Amino acid sequence: MKAWVFGDNVDTDAIAPGRYMKSGIEEIASHCLETVNPEFSKQVKAGDVVVGGRNFGTGSSREQAPEALKHLGVAVLIAESFAGLFYRNAINLGLPAVACAQAKRIRQGDLLQVDFQEGWILDLTTAEKLACESIPGFLMSIIRDGGLLPHLEKRLARTA
Amino acid sequence: MAQTLAQKLVARAAGREQVTPGEIVTCKVDLAMVHDSSGPRRLQPRLERLGAKVWDPSKVVVITDHYLPAYDDESRKIIQIARDWVKEAGVSAFYDAQGICHVVLPERGHLRPGMFAVGGDSHSPTGGAFATYMFGIGATEMLGVMVTGEIWLKVPHTIAMDFDGGLSPGVSAKDVMLFLIGRFGMDGGQYQAVEYRGPAIRALSMQERMTLCNMTAELGGQTGLIASDEVTLRYLGKGEIWDGDAGAPLLAHHKFDAGQLAPQVAAPHSPANTRAVGEFHERLDLAYIGACTGAKLDDLRMAASVLKGRKSKIKLLVAPASLRDQQAAEKEGTLGILLDAGAELLANSCGMCAGYGENLLPDAAVAISTTARNFKGRMGSASAQVYLASPYTVAASAIAGRIADPRELLA
Repeated sequence: MKAWVFGDNVDTDAIAPGRYMKSGIEEIASHCLETVNPEFSKQVKAGDVVVGGRNFGTGSSREQAPEALKHLGVAVLIAESFAGLFYRNAINLGLPAVACAQAKRIRQGDLLQVDFQEGWILDLTTAEKLACESIPGFLMSIIRDGGLLPHLEKRLARTA
Repeated sequence: MAQTLAQKLVARAAGREQVTPGEIVTCKVDLAMVHDSSGPRRLQPRLERLGAKVWDPSKVVVITDHYLPAYDDESRKIIQIARDWVKEAGVSAFYDAQGICHVVLPERGHLRPGMFAVGGDSHSPTGGAFATYMFGIGATEMLGVMVTGEIWLKVPHTIAMDFDGGLSPGVSAKDVMLFLIGRFGMDGGQYQAVEYRGPAIRALSMQERMTLCNMTAELGGQTGLIASDEVTLRYLGKGEIWDGDAGAPLLAHHKFDAGQLAPQVAAPHSPANTRAVGEFHERLDLAYIGACTGAKLDDLRMAASVLKGRKSKIKLLVAPASLRDQQAAEKEGTLGILLDAGAELLANSCGMCAGYGENLLPDAAVAISTTARNFKGRMGSASAQVYLASPYTVAASAIAGRIADPRELLA
């Protein structure tokens, strides 16, 4: 998993620009983070990791922000901290988001291994192991189901 | 154990006597508000996939404000989906082209002290001005609310922002928020409850209080709250007093002297990039008075108090936050003052603030705006520069053609 590293306060207008919000997720994703790193949406590969600094995802409630990252194949989000609303949206879309106080030790292009259930990140490039917060059990069950929509589908099927 | 206002509101919604900050609870939702962008167009196909219906259509409010005025096939389609869906879902509280959701919702009497509400928009903490626990959620989470009527919450700690004294003439709620965001950063609220207190807050009108709670989003709080008082009850014509217990434990208690606060300006590209107005002299191409946080009736009055008998030197756009506020402004003469100063009137919608619609900032434009966010590229071109300020300061700057202190014109 290759790391794409961004700074503090990356906002939802950078991740999912407002002027493309009327379009489908494919169009929105093609402009994802273009004002910060124009190469990102073209070169990111399935399974890569996005690493942010403080308050990643600040701004709008638009869930197209985590949805665009997921659409591009991003497997995990790591940040020193997340904006609360963005964090809820990421989990609800089945995209794991892991808060790691030492996220800034990760450099662009590092290869990572992440266990968000146990709460650790292994930087294979620097051979450094970083502690991170684990995702609470009831949110893990949403991620395991692939997001809140399939999670609700299962719940409704049980009660039907 | 003494409880904060936030704890009391959450405890009621969770069906509990008391709650403790940090614990996870499930709350029953009293009201769910959505707009055209995050609402029906994303809810309808998912509800269909689940074969589910809205848990209680009488608790849902739908307001169109983002894709208005519709200007192409895609935006027309998004608005049409909202119009069709409210009929299909049995939602009677539908406000079409009446203004921005955060302003229309309380204006039409949907909020009361003691409620627990969610909104499909990040500025939903605006409802906290009415001692309603209200916060923003994304469309998938809103789907969960629509199906179950419930939502999980980590009981928040409370950060108190306590303002003694009173704001000086020419200084407003927007200045208070730009100051706080500059001081504590965009994550200063730590996704907890931020409670605004003190004599200077009590002295504010409901619309000014809404501006405080609204921009709790930029301060990084989950919600912004103000205890209800006689000002709240007079605005609503009914309701109860909801306040925290004296001595309830706080995460932080910050105290300020409101009288010391000067008008504030946030430079590109962050609302946290704030300094006092006197430090800015930038030349401007455009002034924008718009948005839920900057074009309510009280905001229009502030701008008019500066612009009365004067002319704007630059392009001045005014998008009143609601149709009712625009009509009231017209009746009392406030709107006439703005138009006489050279203002161009835009629709009662989110418009430029969110970068939706046809009016966007061109390349390299330098603008001053009463809106909430000046992120790079949000209001148009990524090379545009947006300064955030109060309606007083935006009006004074329009007259000068550069960033200017409104206190000099009000004196």
